[in-house]
Amino acid sequence: MKIQMKVNGADHVSEVEPRLLLVHYLRDVLNLTGTHVGCDTSQCGACTVLVDGRSVKACTMFAAQADGAEITTIEGLASDGKLHPLQEGFWERHGLQCGFCTPGMIMAAWQLLERNPRPSEEEIRFALEGNYCRCTGYHNIVRAVQFASAKMAAAPARPARAAAR
Amino acid sequence: MATDTDLQTSAAPDPAHIFGAAVKRREDPRFITGTGRYTDDIHLPGTLHASFVRSPHAHAAIRSVDVAAARQVPGVVAAFTGRDLAAAGVNPLPCGWLVPDLKIPGYPVLAAGRVHFVGQPVAFVVAESAYAARDGADLVEVDYEVLPAVANAERALEPGAPQLHDNAPGNVAFRWALGNQAETDAALKGAAKVVRQRLVNQRLIPNAIEPRASAASWNPFTSELTLYVTSQNPHVHRLLMAAFVLGIPEHKMRVVSPDVGGAFGSKIFVYPEECAVSFASRALGRPVKWVAERRESFLTDAHGRDHATEAELGLDAGGKMVALRVKTVANLGAFLSTFAPLIPTYLYGTMLSGVYEIPNIWCEVTGTFTNTTPVDAYRGAGRPEAAYLSERMTDLGARALGMDPVEIRRRNFIAPSKFPYQTPVAFQYDSGNYAAAFERALEMLDYAKFRAEQTAAAKQGRWLGVGFATFIEATGPAPSRIAGALGAQAGLWESATVRVHPTGKISVMTGSHTHGQGHETTFAQIVSSELGVPLEDVDIVHGDTGAIPFGMGTYGSRSAAVGGSAVWTAVQKIKEKGKKIAAHLLEAAEADIEYAGGKFAVKGSPDRAKTFGEVALMAYLAHNYPDGLEPGLEMTAFFDPANFVFPYGAHACVVEVDAETGRVKVLRYVAVDDVGRAVNPMIVDGQLHGGIAQGIAQALWEHAAYDENAQLVSGSFMDYSVPKADDLPSFETDRTETPTPLNPLGVKGAGEMGTIGSTPAVVNAVMDALAPLGVAHLDLPLTPDRIWRAIRDAAARRPTAAD
Repeated sequence: MKIQMKVNGADHVSEVEPRLLLVHYLRDVLNLTGTHVGCDTSQCGACTVLVDGRSVKACTMFAAQADGAEITTIEGLASDGKLHPLQEGFWERHGLQCGFCTPGMIMAAWQLLERNPRPSEEEIRFALEGNYCRCTGYHNIVRAVQFASAKMAAAPARPARAAAR
Repeated sequence: MATDTDLQTSAAPDPAHIFGAAVKRREDPRFITGTGRYTDDIHLPGTLHASFVRSPHAHAAIRSVDVAAARQVPGVVAAFTGRDLAAAGVNPLPCGWLVPDLKIPGYPVLAAGRVHFVGQPVAFVVAESAYAARDGADLVEVDYEVLPAVANAERALEPGAPQLHDNAPGNVAFRWALGNQAETDAALKGAAKVVRQRLVNQRLIPNAIEPRASAASWNPFTSELTLYVTSQNPHVHRLLMAAFVLGIPEHKMRVVSPDVGGAFGSKIFVYPEECAVSFASRALGRPVKWVAERRESFLTDAHGRDHATEAELGLDAGGKMVALRVKTVANLGAFLSTFAPLIPTYLYGTMLSGVYEIPNIWCEVTGTFTNTTPVDAYRGAGRPEAAYLSERMTDLGARALGMDPVEIRRRNFIAPSKFPYQTPVAFQYDSGNYAAAFERALEMLDYAKFRAEQTAAAKQGRWLGVGFATFIEATGPAPSRIAGALGAQAGLWESATVRVHPTGKISVMTGSHTHGQGHETTFAQIVSSELGVPLEDVDIVHGDTGAIPFGMGTYGSRSAAVGGSAVWTAVQKIKEKGKKIAAHLLEAAEADIEYAGGKFAVKGSPDRAKTFGEVALMAYLAHNYPDGLEPGLEMTAFFDPANFVFPYGAHACVVEVDAETGRVKVLRYVAVDDVGRAVNPMIVDGQLHGGIAQGIAQALWEHAAYDENAQLVSGSFMDYSVPKADDLPSFETDRTETPTPLNPLGVKGAGEMGTIGSTPAVVNAVMDALAPLGVAHLDLPLTPDRIWRAIRDAAARRPTAAD
């Protein structure tokens, strides 16, 4: 079947199998391999992307269901060569080790800060409980999100693309 | 001493201060922008995809395998069975560590004749897409005759148990022992107090977030195989696969392990799948790729731990430990994974002295085959099992004597004056001050204050507990001569090549291979610090047998201690050669040249100097050059350590147990660790955090549970509880630094410390909280139902007020 969507600002039209998962469409058809697959049961969150401004586990959705949607993946988060504060935060606060969960973790944290710009540690931990990290023990991921939250509060203008709805 | 919250990160500090600085990781920009390159991200033109047909039975005879229907599926190119692979000369997977009288059943790439565990591959289908391959695999018909199965190792040793392998009667793979038996028996007889406890260290599943994957590409024109694979040690993969399994000449096989998304041991080993796709690529002349689904990871990644132990600790009246006797049944699973025999022997029995002076220790281990997934190294690998035993027995000993758990530790630590310290179980410890780390942890915890809070809370019916773990780890494997004497089928040195380019830029080829540890940063820090060159002038190359001389890889917390030391040694050779070139250019004697701050200078005349870049350029121009010296500036070093090194730590955990639900909440976690010198304290802290989380998870949640038919019943993230962000607290970490004299960097190893200390610290804390309720010991994991039942049963045993 034919689908069309806007991914990181670029329009794509593709012929796909109805059963093709969104994450496989992004990775294997569009070659956006920053979005990862860590489980088959929508638990680990490594495949989290933004669909019309909401964080979604892309292994739990068919590409066909995203027909007409606007998608942001980790590759689309930085704008004009400038890292998003969350990306900066993960770098500054050593919020990643192997890096495999990181794209999904950042996209899930993006949703949190969108809804709650100044979350407490408890709120950060609760919001990220759908994203597994096996390396960091989450300690520095919390610090990374706190870094981003503080930085975004100091400069409230959100990067345009990530804010797209 | 600085706690992690004080760390100021920086991108590129001055080379003079870069060793020990919290340098931001150089690998991170690609990971935070989605441009990392993991094995599943490799798209080779014309790639076919493989899907495996796996046994649904734990033990069965295979009557027939029919792939005809699979071959009819649109897009399916081929289907292979165990018979096809055997006919093509594909051999079983080898075992890389042999203990005396080891029984080795062949571990076939595809089962032929019989399956021995659920998930064992029986056939595989290759197709134009992963979806078509899966469709094909679903249509492969296997006719099984189901046989009785056994998952529990103690049951497997009983008479009449199902037998797995003809060459391993009684399911015994090996019987192994270490220590001074007669003295231990005598000392236990004469001890004032002997505490006995059965301890079960449950089976775990590593669950790196990146599933295992492999992509093989055969070039028919050069007869060369390139294999991309999730590996912690690509050269070991190449050697074992080429020489033992596939029969490809070693120099005609290249193994590339790109970015690796976590491993924790599980990606050390050679598995059937990478051998199968390599075979298929050669057979079909096209690249073939396989990526594990998570259910396959649960069923086939080598599992960890799985010990059942009877332990006896003898104490004198003053609480001094006089003897420890240990009998362990270790579950090895259905076949010997690559290093399986090593883990419950030389990485376990040798560690039973812990940080204590125990004059007599005897340890017996029975390695046992069962109808379960093969067991091998998982973060800590043998050492967590030993530390758990040591720390639980220490607490049980304290309780038996009515002694404070702090006091019994203070009385038994090996004193700093006793190093090097020879234990009764083979190891000689290098250096340490165990009491100092422990006292620091007590200070951070504020022990006296906690006990007051605990008493106050108990009056309100709230059950708080504190637990300690003071523990040691052997890291940096290993001196090759010792490793060989203990059964290793390889040397365990590490290599490094430092290549200085004509412009003075540097490539370092290391045999270590990161899977999250940040070698691209820390190894560059070593080079920058030694040569006085900016960090950005140094690149670290790893994970490719085509680029690196040879390497043993990353496991056992060995990268900094062994791989880092190899880099350091190669850099010294660069300096030595540079001195010869500089002496010639400066018309001075070589002995008068000293190297500092990026310059070769004549001693006493700092103005007579050549920069590193000038010397590098002349090494390649060779226009004005010493007679008899080869051009070029590239040096290789192989570093073989003099011994293991022994990092140690003191951890303290505070928990609250909800007696109504049995739920445990970790309120505080304090960790003071000594990893020798820290190359990058930010990275050391990060390693500790992740390790602590995994150890807490073993204490409270994770369990690879098999039912009576040897079916894995915790085979998904729905059933197997890895920790989530809201399960854990923030951690309070600190370090003491006792450099090891055994390597030039003074580093020990940080990768597994957290995991080793945290499981016993948490369990001891829960048992401390449950003590007033009459519960003395519970086996891992301390799930709410287990705790709730224990509280209920203890209450039923107590006489009530009405009685």
